[in-house]
Amino acid sequence: MTKKVPVVEKILGANESLAEENRATLDEHKVFGINLMASPGAGKTSLIEQTLPKLAERYRVAVIDGDIATSIDADRAAEAGADIAVQVNTGGNCHLDAIMLKKGMEEIDFSEIDLLLVENVGNLVCPSNFLLGTHKSVLVASIPEGDDKPYKYPGMYRGVDALIINKIDLMPYIPFKMDYFRKGVEVLNPDLITFPLSCITQEGVDEWIDWIVEEVEKNKK
Amino acid sequence: MHELPVTESILSITLRHATTHNATKVTDIYLVIGEWSSIIDDSIQFHWDILSDGTIAKGANLHFERIAVELHCRSCAHTYAPTDRNLICPKCESARVKVMKGDEFNIDSIEIET
Repeated sequence: MTKKVPVVEKILGANESLAEENRATLDEHKVFGINLMASPGAGKTSLIEQTLPKLAERYRVAVIDGDIATSIDADRAAEAGADIAVQVNTGGNCHLDAIMLKKGMEEIDFSEIDLLLVENVGNLVCPSNFLLGTHKSVLVASIPEGDDKPYKYPGMYRGVDALIINKIDLMPYIPFKMDYFRKGVEVLNPDLITFPLSCITQEGVDEWIDWIVEEVEKNKK
Repeated sequence: MHELPVTESILSITLRHATTHNATKVTDIYLVIGEWSSIIDDSIQFHWDILSDGTIAKGANLHFERIAVELHCRSCAHTYAPTDRNLICPKCESARVKVMKGDEFNIDSIEIET
């Protein structure tokens, strides 16, 4: 006998359950977690390099770097002052998922940590579908990528809690229509908090740091 | 390479429901995929054929129901489909809109033999 059985489940529901476990681990130690996502070359690692020294006096920061191969990013994070930097190689996968993050988290003693920065694999498609369990997801966009990225990668722009617009020092040299970019963002993610900044000139970096501090303190309460 | 973990998830959900219903075979799987969540295409049938080998879901057909994006303007209440280059409301040009459809990423149902 043939019959149709209703399922109605999210395809990535299992990943979401694991993400909740990761969140519980972070919450148990009152650690605030941020998932940084971006295309390759948008400046995730540069931003981490700018961020770590500015938080060093206040917080103990762990960095988990996801990449298909190499430990270049974790090395850079360690050099920039991360209290611990863990590299997770995804073995060909184009994103981190909750299991991979869990493995990276197992190498960290969270009783010694206040903030976890996760640097996802450079990719604007897949990471947005795989929740990790961090408290906030942050997208690093950058001026040279072009103003059409919200239109081309709506899933990514829809799923984040904050948006960094990096490399604003290049605005005079690149035909980037900020209004067109922001209109797309507003449709996809109304009231999304944005931080236009430059990791080279440092313009705007302090506002980003203030936001992190505010969020970490909120999370401690 | 996200097709593999996605296909693994579909297989695991399918087998769980099939077992609950005492299925001897799974013949069809109906997926509902919104245009804005779409990270899979029909090529996952290829992954499926490999991963499902040796299970009761071997050879099942994957059906994709694609859901087009539908937006509702909060300013003028116009409901519309955005174009590739423009997401704002075509009537009043507002960017204050609500996404009604397009985020789906679900298994809707499966067809089994008992």
